[in-house]
Amino acid sequence: MDVDWELFLSSLWPIVQGGLTGTIPLSLASFALGLVLALLVALMRLGGSRILAGAARAYVSIIRGTPLLVQLFVIFYGLPSVGVVIDPWPSAIIAFSLNVGGYAAEVIRAAILSVPKGQWEAAHTIGMSRRQALQRIILPQAARVSVPPLSNTFISLVKDTSLASLILVTELFRQAQQIAAFSQEFMLLYVEAALVYWVFCLALSGGQSSLERRLGRYVAH
Amino acid sequence: MSPTDQPPGPAQSGPPSSAARVLTVSRLRKSFGTHQVLQSIDLAVDQGQVLALIGPSGSGKTTVLRCLNGLEIPDAGTVAFGGGPAVDFGPPVPRRQLTALRDRSAMVFQHYNLFPHMSVLQNVIEGPVQVQKRPRAEAVREAEELLARVGLADKRDHYPHQLSGGQQQRVGIVRALALRPALLLFDEPTSALDPELVGEVLTVIKELAEEGWTMLMVTHELAFAREVASEVVFMDGGVVVERGHPDVVLRDPREERTRRFVARLLNPF
Repeated sequence: MDVDWELFLSSLWPIVQGGLTGTIPLSLASFALGLVLALLVALMRLGGSRILAGAARAYVSIIRGTPLLVQLFVIFYGLPSVGVVIDPWPSAIIAFSLNVGGYAAEVIRAAILSVPKGQWEAAHTIGMSRRQALQRIILPQAARVSVPPLSNTFISLVKDTSLASLILVTELFRQAQQIAAFSQEFMLLYVEAALVYWVFCLALSGGQSSLERRLGRYVAH
Repeated sequence: MSPTDQPPGPAQSGPPSSAARVLTVSRLRKSFGTHQVLQSIDLAVDQGQVLALIGPSGSGKTTVLRCLNGLEIPDAGTVAFGGGPAVDFGPPVPRRQLTALRDRSAMVFQHYNLFPHMSVLQNVIEGPVQVQKRPRAEAVREAEELLARVGLADKRDHYPHQLSGGQQQRVGIVRALALRPALLLFDEPTSALDPELVGEVLTVIKELAEEGWTMLMVTHELAFAREVASEVVFMDGGVVVERGHPDVVLRDPREERTRRFVARLLNPF
């Protein structure tokens, strides 16, 4: 099979551009919102209220028990039939944030529970409230524990954003699809898109390692 | 401040000398499930006194300490610090009252419980700066003085995992001192240490006693208790079995249960 290198090179920048203006902002926005949501949900599950804990459990169960593509379609193609019309970008951010929220909540909850009980007690004994203890003593330690699993969540998210192409968000994969439809070079363009995703994820893995080193500096190795 | 000299002999908690009284506990009760850990505990600690709480494991002595510091909520009984109002644990106690109570004492834990993500200095100033809202510069100066006193001036920027157990526990003591509590609580402060590191921690505690700090200490170090404590309280099965001057309780106890316990600790084999 002959590789059309000219097409490969000329389509590289549009695809990377789709990544820079679509995939990456979509991933960052969804991850940031998803983490905030996840922290709230984790605290709801760990807090004293049975109602809040139940609501949090139900949310996590629904998110993890249904396909992301279905969630995306419910928001973008489903809601308009009940009168709620949301543009592609906000739809994608809502769906991905909710999805990250569901998975990361469990990670954060486990990380908080992994901090020894003595740390809560030491925080209380120096006079801290529950909130202060959480902010200054427990969460910083939970953060270190949760970096590796949350990095995995983020890398999955970056790849999952390709699903947004199905609700008309112009991101990396949609760029490749459009060039492929036009040039009829499906193999070339889809492999090229895969390569660009791979490079993005390699960079993220590098970032993950350095973050782990930084957060782990107070732990004996 | 000078340590109170207690005359030898049984020191059954007599009439309260309220001026110098730091802590009064009466009829403290606590159960975990169906297991009653504390039956009805009365304690009194005067200014400058060092009270050693001894007894077999499961006797409830650590629970007493944890109740005083708000880590456990007693089911009933009262706790009063200094001339302050007695907190009655019969009805549910509002959180603010509990916080006020906890602020009067500071705890030194068996397993140190230092904050691993903070340097030694940060561990010590965390309470004064974040909770007591004292000026940072002042808290740092005081922390440095305290660290120097326990021989750890050069460790201020180390992280806990870089220190030995004995050094970590000395930081734990400094962290408690920095809160300027009316009462220091020690929960078996040397039990988790390698034997060769016990001495350095006990030396620090002894110096604090000589400076006049008021302390309540759960310990298995009977020789240390005899040397430093002004009063020894022996607990078993959730009740105070015997209390008095260390020379009496540890050398010539009146109660058979105390006698057996002391004998077992002194001659384990």
